[in-house]
Amino acid sequence: MKLRALAPIFYILFLMLPIYWLVSMSFKTTNEILSGFSLFPQEFTLENYAAIFTDPTWYWGYINSTIYVTINTIISVSVALPAAYAFSRYRFMGDKHLFFWLLTNRMAPPAVFALPFFQLYSAVGLFDTHIAVALAHCLFNIPLAVWILEGFMSGVPKELDETAYVDGYSFRRFFFRIFMPNIKAGIGVAAFFCFMFSWVELLLAKTLTAVDAKPIAATMTKTASSAGYELGLLAAAGCLTIIPGAIVIYFVRNHIAKGFALGRV
Amino acid sequence: MKTSNPRAWFLVLPVILLVAFNALIPLMTVVNYSVQETFGDNLFFWHGIGWFQDVLGSERFHAALGRQFLFTGIILAIEVPLGVAIALAMPRSGPWVPVCLILMAMPLLIPWNVVGAMWNIFTLPDIGLLGYTLNTVLGIEYNMTQSPLAAWMTIVAMDVWHWTSLVVLLAYAGLVSIPDAYYQAAKIDGASKFAVFRHIQLPKMKKVLTIAILLRFMDSFMIYTEPFVLTGGGPGNSTTLLSIDLVKVALGQFDLGPAAAMSLIYFAITLLVSWAFYTAMTKDDQN
Repeated sequence: MKLRALAPIFYILFLMLPIYWLVSMSFKTTNEILSGFSLFPQEFTLENYAAIFTDPTWYWGYINSTIYVTINTIISVSVALPAAYAFSRYRFMGDKHLFFWLLTNRMAPPAVFALPFFQLYSAVGLFDTHIAVALAHCLFNIPLAVWILEGFMSGVPKELDETAYVDGYSFRRFFFRIFMPNIKAGIGVAAFFCFMFSWVELLLAKTLTAVDAKPIAATMTKTASSAGYELGLLAAAGCLTIIPGAIVIYFVRNHIAKGFALGRV
Repeated sequence: MKTSNPRAWFLVLPVILLVAFNALIPLMTVVNYSVQETFGDNLFFWHGIGWFQDVLGSERFHAALGRQFLFTGIILAIEVPLGVAIALAMPRSGPWVPVCLILMAMPLLIPWNVVGAMWNIFTLPDIGLLGYTLNTVLGIEYNMTQSPLAAWMTIVAMDVWHWTSLVVLLAYAGLVSIPDAYYQAAKIDGASKFAVFRHIQLPKMKKVLTIAILLRFMDSFMIYTEPFVLTGGGPGNSTTLLSIDLVKVALGQFDLGPAAAMSLIYFAITLLVSWAFYTAMTKDDQN
């Protein structure tokens, strides 16, 4: 019995080791990093973080990422809501094929679409804007949001809709006043997943931006190659990218177990 | 039972428009490139299925595809049983559950290039925690940039680190949904631990596990950023997975025709396997 309880603890330790190393590196000076191995920072420094917060190319990376992730989450969830309702409540021509077609876009390797996306968004004049990245990420986030919301909506009994219509509610009023509060958890989880997949994606975000909307991840790759061996700076930038994710997880902590099942338990 | 309602199309329309804009136009661009030859200056010539024959017959593609299947196979074989085992060992309730879940979900929210950079720093032979421990403390020679085997073990370890939590969280969600009455009945019947797992827990987890396998298959088959940042596909070509090879051809060499043909073959394979999973899953829904 005791042994069994140890498994999750060891697993979490394994998860935390590389993260610890990144955090520890971010507080070391370049000298200390290059001079050899040390388990804890010997000369604790905040220089790396100071460098990021005072250099606009760095901190704008975070702002840009946050902007397009937010736009993407709002678009994805708001268009997915009515669609998921249609899939969970109605039969209509081609519904099953449509659902699968949506899912296929979740399966499209971003590497396949990188070049055509660049051409498409250049052609419509959206290259290097936040909205371009937000729209491009819709490719895989909308299908996912529809999939998750459909799962949660199917868990709400259909009698709820029928009763509301009998009581004289219009579709719009029923949807916003009664239905949406009922699937609050599902909306939270869908938003969480959209945020997550938009935040962690780099290939498309990097391809579609140059200067004005460059994501933090791209700034990091550039530093990694151009500035040579500034590991401390790189580690600090990496640590800062973990924080928004950690905040978002904290908000959905109560739904995390059920939410990860995409409503299909 | 669902009611038939053709007007439901209007509810789906915004989604179709947005996704079609992002999916169909680029896909058509790729199809267009895949059947043409270009010598620059925007001059294109009809090339038929030539590129497809070239790609399907090329050893480079076979090698990348083989590596891709090997990688996906290995990580599925590790992550799924490991994830289920950890989910089974987790407490069902109590103050530690949310703490465990939050900590486990952490790797899922780290940008993929940061995951690569983090593992790079972690495994540096002389100053990385893992590299130093292996090389200096345990005396095992380990250098990811020189040994293909070490590079492979590192990308597999990285993926296990990154994604096992997804399987844990899904399996755990399936487990907590089992009513206590099931376990009490099993206890009365004197069922062994294995019997409980085989006849109660596994069937209840089946649906979420299918989702887990489907998601893990799709994502590991498309993996690009993490191994690219960590190993750059090397040493040599030993960790050049399908996406890395494709980006090399498309954006590095700018060979549009072969890259487009390769993209379509790649997409078709992903689609075929995912479709098989999907039908298996929805068939289950209907029963």
